[in-house]
Amino acid sequence: MTTRKLSTLAKTIRSKNAGVDLITFDVIFSDAAYYQQVKKSRVLTRESIAALYGIGPERIADFVEFDPANAIKFTIYRLIPSGSPGDPDIFGAQQYAPLLDIDVPVE
Amino acid sequence: MRSLRVICPNGHLGFAPTRVESFRIGVAARPDCIAADSGSCDIGPVPLGTDTSTSPLAWQTHDLELMLLAARELGVPMIIGSAGDTGANSRVDLYVRIIRELAAKHRLRPFKLGYFYSEVDTADLRRRMHAGAEVTGLDGRSPLSLSELDATERIVAMAGVHPFIDLLQRGAEVIIGGRSSDSCVFAAPAIHHGFPENQAYYLGKVLECASFCAEPYGGKETVLGEVSADDVKVTAMHPAQRCTVASVSGHAMYERANPYYEYVAGGTLDMSSCHYEQFDEKTTRITGAQFARAAEFRVKLEGAGKVGERYVGLVGIRDPYTIAHVDEVIGWARAQVRERFGDTGYELHYTVYGRDGIMGALEPKRHLPAHELCILVQGVAPTAAMAEELCMIGTRQMFYARLPEVKGSAGSVAFALDEVLRASPGYRWTLNHTLRCADPLELFPTHLTTVGD
Repeated sequence: MTTRKLSTLAKTIRSKNAGVDLITFDVIFSDAAYYQQVKKSRVLTRESIAALYGIGPERIADFVEFDPANAIKFTIYRLIPSGSPGDPDIFGAQQYAPLLDIDVPVE
Repeated sequence: MRSLRVICPNGHLGFAPTRVESFRIGVAARPDCIAADSGSCDIGPVPLGTDTSTSPLAWQTHDLELMLLAARELGVPMIIGSAGDTGANSRVDLYVRIIRELAAKHRLRPFKLGYFYSEVDTADLRRRMHAGAEVTGLDGRSPLSLSELDATERIVAMAGVHPFIDLLQRGAEVIIGGRSSDSCVFAAPAIHHGFPENQAYYLGKVLECASFCAEPYGGKETVLGEVSADDVKVTAMHPAQRCTVASVSGHAMYERANPYYEYVAGGTLDMSSCHYEQFDEKTTRITGAQFARAAEFRVKLEGAGKVGERYVGLVGIRDPYTIAHVDEVIGWARAQVRERFGDTGYELHYTVYGRDGIMGALEPKRHLPAHELCILVQGVAPTAAMAEELCMIGTRQMFYARLPEVKGSAGSVAFALDEVLRASPGYRWTLNHTLRCADPLELFPTHLTTVGD
């Protein structure tokens, strides 16, 4: 079995504020087969995300496999609200980078 | 009326200028309404706290002028929500003034201008809390405490469709709204014209960010939504953009924790049974959205509280040994600040670009710093003078950090600017809560006036 980077399979990988206390992440596939493959591989789960970002599972507010858009979406709680002094990403727009290099097993 | 057609030229009016070509195509389609949202809490708490806009006046005026002239020419309503980025009262007044000035500049025939405010007085909220009202926390927050309320500078309530519909019923032809849910700016005219809430709120949901529901990616382009009794169709106006099943269904996820539900004052839009189909090359048709009215009418409140005055400094590091020990360098500078100002009564933040500046504790590659670092130092304190000195100590003392093995003994860091700079004051979001209201209009006083007399 070989692996491919998630960034080569997904069309969109992004993060963005969902209100002032949450950051939401979207991984969207243009190819339904890739979406199904990633879903089946279980490389994106509440547990794997918590491990990747070094956070406890309680920091994950939501995790959804969103079939209508061939997308996997999850949301995390911020430690401080967006834009407080010391928050380096007011829009939450640059928190997705670690997802790009996730290895996905492919047949 | 079998259907209502609404164009949205901009997902955050004023934040970046509306692109004119696709707007003209949208206007040529002779829509029944031109609407846009002009605010967001994405911009952080500073504009609400300081009662300012983050968008330049020239861009706000540019966008309002395009919309006003087109709407008056077509004789259809123009609707704006969340005026001036925050939707605070001063921002509503600003937009009302711009509309008046534009009407005079272009000698427009008289028209009815409706506007409403969204600010909630902290004293009013305190009275409600003393009378037993619970201000319920969202997204994991505790109920609002009186001490957090005391720390709050300004609060806006998030309007639903109600003040917009009230003004439309009274004949408003241009509406400037205070803070409002994006989707309600578009849902209101649809409900006003008798279309079902199921379709009306979905129309709002899909139009709120303009061309973000189209592909290829390109912001600030106009899209056209058409609502009927049983469906919504959305069409990209830019010649190179299309609304596809993928782009429209993908947009349902944008900026929300869960892709299936959208919460607004008075109810929830449930998109879990939505069906998307490609209607024609540039149009996607959506059916199956469901709006459920809430048992209790709750309104979201946003509030910003001041942390202090703020200065910032910038520091560079190139020595690999110093990079490996950057936390000790920061520790040295912090100790000098503590010696001068003690342990509390201020905030001192170090953002280490090149290591974990963007992601902080979420950064998995924190152990692999780059060959050079840039550190942003922020000092926040009750007075500007203290913030300046605090930031200066926190920045300059990095130069004098004492590392045992360092080869370079003439200065531990590089300064591109040997100074600290005044920044906007530090604010934080003190309210992300909801309040129960007896009357949907009680927090949103509406006003109607005639412009151009």
